[in-house]
Amino acid sequence: MSDSADTWRDRLSDYLDDALEVSERSELEEHLEGCEECRETLADLREVVARAGRLADAPPARDLWPEIAYRIRETKEGERHDARAVNAKGGTSLAGRRGKSFTFSMPQLAAAAVTLVALSSGVAWQIAGGFSARQAEPAAPVAQAPAKADLLLASRIANNDYESAIAQLERVLEVGRERLDTATVRKVEEKLALIDKAIDEARQALSTDPSNAYLNRHLAGTMRRKLDLLRRTAALTEL
Amino acid sequence: MPDTDLDFHDAVLAAEGDSGAFERLYRRHVTRIYGLARRMAGPDDADELTQDAFVRAWQKIAQFRGEAAFGSWLYRVAISVILGHRRRLAIHRERMAPEEWNREGRPSHERSSEIGMDFDTAIERLPARARHVFVLHDVEGYKHHEIARMLKITAGTSKSQLHRARMLLRATLA
Repeated sequence: MSDSADTWRDRLSDYLDDALEVSERSELEEHLEGCEECRETLADLREVVARAGRLADAPPARDLWPEIAYRIRETKEGERHDARAVNAKGGTSLAGRRGKSFTFSMPQLAAAAVTLVALSSGVAWQIAGGFSARQAEPAAPVAQAPAKADLLLASRIANNDYESAIAQLERVLEVGRERLDTATVRKVEEKLALIDKAIDEARQALSTDPSNAYLNRHLAGTMRRKLDLLRRTAALTEL
Repeated sequence: MPDTDLDFHDAVLAAEGDSGAFERLYRRHVTRIYGLARRMAGPDDADELTQDAFVRAWQKIAQFRGEAAFGSWLYRVAISVILGHRRRLAIHRERMAPEEWNREGRPSHERSSEIGMDFDTAIERLPARARHVFVLHDVEGYKHHEIARMLKITAGTSKSQLHRARMLLRATLA
């Protein structure tokens, strides 16, 4: 191909899109009359553009809505946060939670979670009105505050059950994480990292001020958030 | 009721927090958004980008004023999401280096299986910048000055990348 043909060939798309000046267009048409290679190239480019115009869209192979619904529900609940900052400090990863025992079925875990939520609401009786109306389960109404001894006993029971249920739910997620979209797993990991950080901070603060009502309420609420997040994510793996 | 009216109605409801209305919008538009994501970023990332686009649309839907069709607004949101992933995609998803193609627009180590390959597959294998411009211009119908604004390039660069993409795609014509 000559230099002249090379030059004109680079203008063929502009010619096709009617983007050349009138004089340039005339010159190119004159060149085309004597250059078979450029005529062939122009015909090919026309065909490429025609094919682009005929492309049909196909829907995704799977329904993407459940994960979108999950994520927008999180947005609705006002739990947006800057996860990147947390990740940079070493966030919790589902992938790093291997090796824990797995003995309960999902229905059993769901039942355990419901029981635990009830216990938790007994432990931190203050949280009864502290959750958004958009939570999947409304906080259990508490008619009156429990006695301090009852509160401590319930706290010990709840903490034991809590750790057990959390461990089992984490295992469910570990087993089922391949059924979740990467973005969902990432979001969950980010949220878990934030929640774990909040739990650690609340526990540290309580170690020096164990009777602080605000800190107790905050810790109970945060633990419940973690449980709820794990439970809802585990349910997604069952879809 | 025409789809555009249905869209507007559902967008208003969604802006008020009605996720059911937003799901209806998703059902009506997912095929087109997914098609855009697949062509712009490739099939491996299309699911995630489609989901990201709809989540972003949900977060921004209060900004939808109804001046343009909801579909056009959603499309802009999706393009923004997809292009936001460009840097990561450029690192992980560049499938074919430009030097693998010679100046005639044919693969320099042409394999017979590439001749007549599926046109969508051929688009996916274009270098990222040429692919984005080609999809936005020849498939979606945007003008060079609009593409230039979206991609933060000049209109001249958009034109040259379009020509490059078309020339590379000649190889698929069998």
